[in-house]
Amino acid sequence: MEQSKLHALAVTAAHARVLAMDMVHDAASGHIGGSLSAMEIVTLLYNGVMRVNPAAPRDPDRDRFVLSKGHCTPALYPILALKGYFPVENLKLFRSIKGDLSGHAEMNCVKGVDMSTGSLGQGISAAVGMALAGKADKKDYRVYTLLGDGEIEEGQVWEAAMSAAKYHLDNLCAIVDVNGLQIDGATADVMPSEPLDKKFEAFNWNVIHVDGHDFNALEEAFAAAAACKDKPTVLLAKTIKGKGVSFMEGDYGWHGKAPNDEQYEKAHAELVAALAELEGK
Amino acid sequence: MSEKIATRVAYGKTLAELGEQYPNLVVLDADLSGSTQSQFFAKAFPERFYNMGIAEANMTGVAAGLATCGKQAFTNTFAMFATGRAYEQVRNSVAYPRLNVKIVGSHGGLSVGEDGATHQCIEDYALMRTIPNMMVVSPCDGPEMRLAVKALLDYDGPAYLRLGRLAVDSITDEIPGYTFQLGKGSLLRDGTDVTVIATGMMVQMAYAAAQTLAEEGISVRVIDMHTIKPLDGEIVLKAALETRCIVTSEEHTILNGLGSAVAEFVSEHCPVPVVRHGVNDEFGRSGAAKAVLEAYGLTPQGIIEKVRQALKLKK
Repeated sequence: MEQSKLHALAVTAAHARVLAMDMVHDAASGHIGGSLSAMEIVTLLYNGVMRVNPAAPRDPDRDRFVLSKGHCTPALYPILALKGYFPVENLKLFRSIKGDLSGHAEMNCVKGVDMSTGSLGQGISAAVGMALAGKADKKDYRVYTLLGDGEIEEGQVWEAAMSAAKYHLDNLCAIVDVNGLQIDGATADVMPSEPLDKKFEAFNWNVIHVDGHDFNALEEAFAAAAACKDKPTVLLAKTIKGKGVSFMEGDYGWHGKAPNDEQYEKAHAELVAALAELEGK
Repeated sequence: MSEKIATRVAYGKTLAELGEQYPNLVVLDADLSGSTQSQFFAKAFPERFYNMGIAEANMTGVAAGLATCGKQAFTNTFAMFATGRAYEQVRNSVAYPRLNVKIVGSHGGLSVGEDGATHQCIEDYALMRTIPNMMVVSPCDGPEMRLAVKALLDYDGPAYLRLGRLAVDSITDEIPGYTFQLGKGSLLRDGTDVTVIATGMMVQMAYAAAQTLAEEGISVRVIDMHTIKPLDGEIVLKAALETRCIVTSEEHTILNGLGSAVAEFVSEHCPVPVVRHGVNDEFGRSGAAKAVLEAYGLTPQGIIEKVRQALKLKK
């Protein structure tokens, strides 16, 4: 990837992290940990991978994104806002009765959201439906869906995985945000799900391991997914929960908790400093 | 009485017949197409039929995804799994985003018979009725089912459609002036002493009960409430005002189905006695369909007893 593109992506992700932290602090609730871990993935999807146009959010030929881990709206909404789907200003009313930005992703109120999600395991099924429709209509759009590595404990995910393989949905790409943590602790303790690669391979998926914070690696992985024929692809993206905030990284306690004012000041300062450094300020 | 046909068969054949007319129609099944009768569509339009295997949760979500891309999806399985197993998928992936998905539950009620309680869904109206945006439809016979399928194909939004396993007598095609409209009850027989509001195959039994009671000089109005939600308040209010007591009848638990819907409406708009006829908060059991229905009082005689109770309360 060109250096200028890489830099622009890094700036967007850093900016979105600042916005995400503001949103969760303003709302005094929200899921910051898994949003920070997924930020590079969502940033790249909307800025280089997916064929989308904020001026035509319902274009039938667009690529689709389903946030199957629907609680991670603090990753999705800032990226949509920065992309131009709605004003960045709207983020201030995240989770507020006065605004439209619901806690979990909502397709009818939030411009740019392709499917309402929140109840884990359901988004990937909708993504399978979108991919099936694409095949039926002989359209060349691609469908992306982001899952958590806790979410894949839901049986429905594996029902969906089976069906995607049955219909040879090579226009479907799932990404698992493998941050290793869920609400109650480490996924390895709560419900061991590894080896994820062998599981998906056994379900006849193309499996790619990738560093979920490395734009170059992610771009290559998405290209490899697009090039794979006859089967769906899953990216197992290794990430760090709470990425970018020193005291949140790797701590499952930050799954769904908002920082208090003091914690916010510290987190905000770190994220703003990271952004300023990228921007050469 | 004319043709005897199961509503599931009328449904399956109609869907296949209309497939040509509705190019965006896609049909999904969960390995029960021979029972749900989606097999007719599968045969006629294999490229628009998806057998999703024994995985109802995923089937429901896939239908939602298809609907976001402009398809109108009909999912098919037994009522038990359509509304029970996949309840939350119906709620969150279909009804909340208000997607054009029809949840079709076959083998509703006790008349499943021999398969027993695990497969006798008597809670489907209740489950579906409590979800915002959901329409709930339960036709009584083949001719009505054909009209319902057509109407649902023209309705853009989420709905639940219950099908029955048993072959039932057709009556609606012989009622002069009968019309079908989603959300509007159909008056099958006028009467002045009491109104029986029934749905599904209890409609035929209500009609038979009314004929028997007529011989005693009791004038029974019979309303076929094929759409349980939205409830036709107008026809219920008129019945409450004019006959001053109501009996409801459904092949469903008496909790939160048609009887509850009518009682809720009547208590708020025109309080008169409402006696509910249905399954009394208990599970079904195995047996030949007719024997099971008799064991649970889902018979014209069972309705007649409730009518007498209502008439007593009226006095």
